[in-house]
Amino acid sequence: MDSVVVVGASLAGLRAVEALRGEGYDGRIVVIGDEVHPPYDRPPLSKGLLTGATDLSAVTLRQRPDLAVEWRLGERAVALHAADREVLLDGGRRVPYDGLVVATGATARRLPAVPEGLAGVITLRTLDDAITLRRELAGRPSVVILGGGFIGTEVASSCRTLGLDVTLVTADPLLARALGPLSAGAAARAADHGVTVVHPATVTEVRGHDRVQEVVLGDGRTLPADVLVVAVGAVPATGWLRDSGASLDNGLICDAGLGVVGLPGVVAAGDVARWPHPAFGGAPLRLEHWTNAAEQAVIAARRLLHGTAAGPCAPVPSFWSDQFGIRLQGVGLPALADETRVIEGDPAGDRFVAEFFRTGELVGAVVAGAPRALLAYRRRLTHPQRVPAL
Amino acid sequence: MHVKLDTQNCQAYANCLLTAPEVFDLDEESGIAIILQENPPENLRAVVEEAVRSCPVQALILEG
Repeated sequence: MDSVVVVGASLAGLRAVEALRGEGYDGRIVVIGDEVHPPYDRPPLSKGLLTGATDLSAVTLRQRPDLAVEWRLGERAVALHAADREVLLDGGRRVPYDGLVVATGATARRLPAVPEGLAGVITLRTLDDAITLRRELAGRPSVVILGGGFIGTEVASSCRTLGLDVTLVTADPLLARALGPLSAGAAARAADHGVTVVHPATVTEVRGHDRVQEVVLGDGRTLPADVLVVAVGAVPATGWLRDSGASLDNGLICDAGLGVVGLPGVVAAGDVARWPHPAFGGAPLRLEHWTNAAEQAVIAARRLLHGTAAGPCAPVPSFWSDQFGIRLQGVGLPALADETRVIEGDPAGDRFVAEFFRTGELVGAVVAGAPRALLAYRRRLTHPQRVPAL
Repeated sequence: MHVKLDTQNCQAYANCLLTAPEVFDLDEESGIAIILQENPPENLRAVVEEAVRSCPVQALILEG
């Protein structure tokens, strides 16, 4: 293998490059990224970057100086010609590869009821999105947030840190995927910190001429809004792979070792990849966690260099969220649970430990203020087939 | 193999402890990471490398 192309100048893309070099690959590496920024860290975009606790310069991911990468930043991959082993760029240039890492991540989901291009309406996914939002928040707006997942609640928390009026509108209970029936605790915490939570509610119309003025809810109520943050999840960035021959179904379908099904010489990592996790019954999973992107990149790089001998991808899913003065941390897949037990503390408080079960088997755990407690759960969720890599 | 911690940078995420408890612990008071073995044995390389990668603020540095 003489030439590896990585599409996606992301955390996963950078970690894949580091892993390729770490494994001794000394051929050409080209990284294509549609943003002009070098790989950066996303978690601060909804938190410290908005509140001012994190400098813009601090979100750029540190790079080893000896990676020898040809960066193609600000260039968009628009198609994959797998038979010719070429990536087609916007503008018509072709980039040949022997091995390809797909790390294009995901893009913010849009809502049909929310018009594109109306000033003050913002989705938060990229660094440029975060810079735009930060600039808007500096004008002391009243903020409406659509969506009660991690991004919606973290932005709400950041806005309250800035002392802004915040209304959070959500169809599902707050943090329902991470907390299941414990989401009432998250709602209580948000309310304690001055967030008006409107639930269950949907948005049917966004009004305003040049910029957003008010949001109309399904029951006819209207909410005034100077800024509307749409945080209703992400969709995998697979549009450029439409005619590639790859299987696309809520992500790019991969085998257990992150090889892209049907495309020799192609692997995937991060939010874009959907693969069968052996520890969770082999059902295809797609995770949007920071730790997952970092770990999958290494496994994908090894798969590219060593084939199926590199072994399956079976990391323990792991996530965190800093909001309203606490840090929620979890392992496993709480969203699978049919039973939840709080074994310590109060889910509305600063410290708790909760276990999540499916048909009696542990599938996840979430804590606040008790990170050490996760150690035992992580061990229990570690798949026996986990390869102690190398 | 030598592991170093930038204590100024550590934000007490505990991912290192969760990944490689043989090598990392947390200070009971501050939650800041503690390195139990600065020169861990070679048979722990895979988990130590994973722990270093798992740090959300890149506070861990692996040399050698």
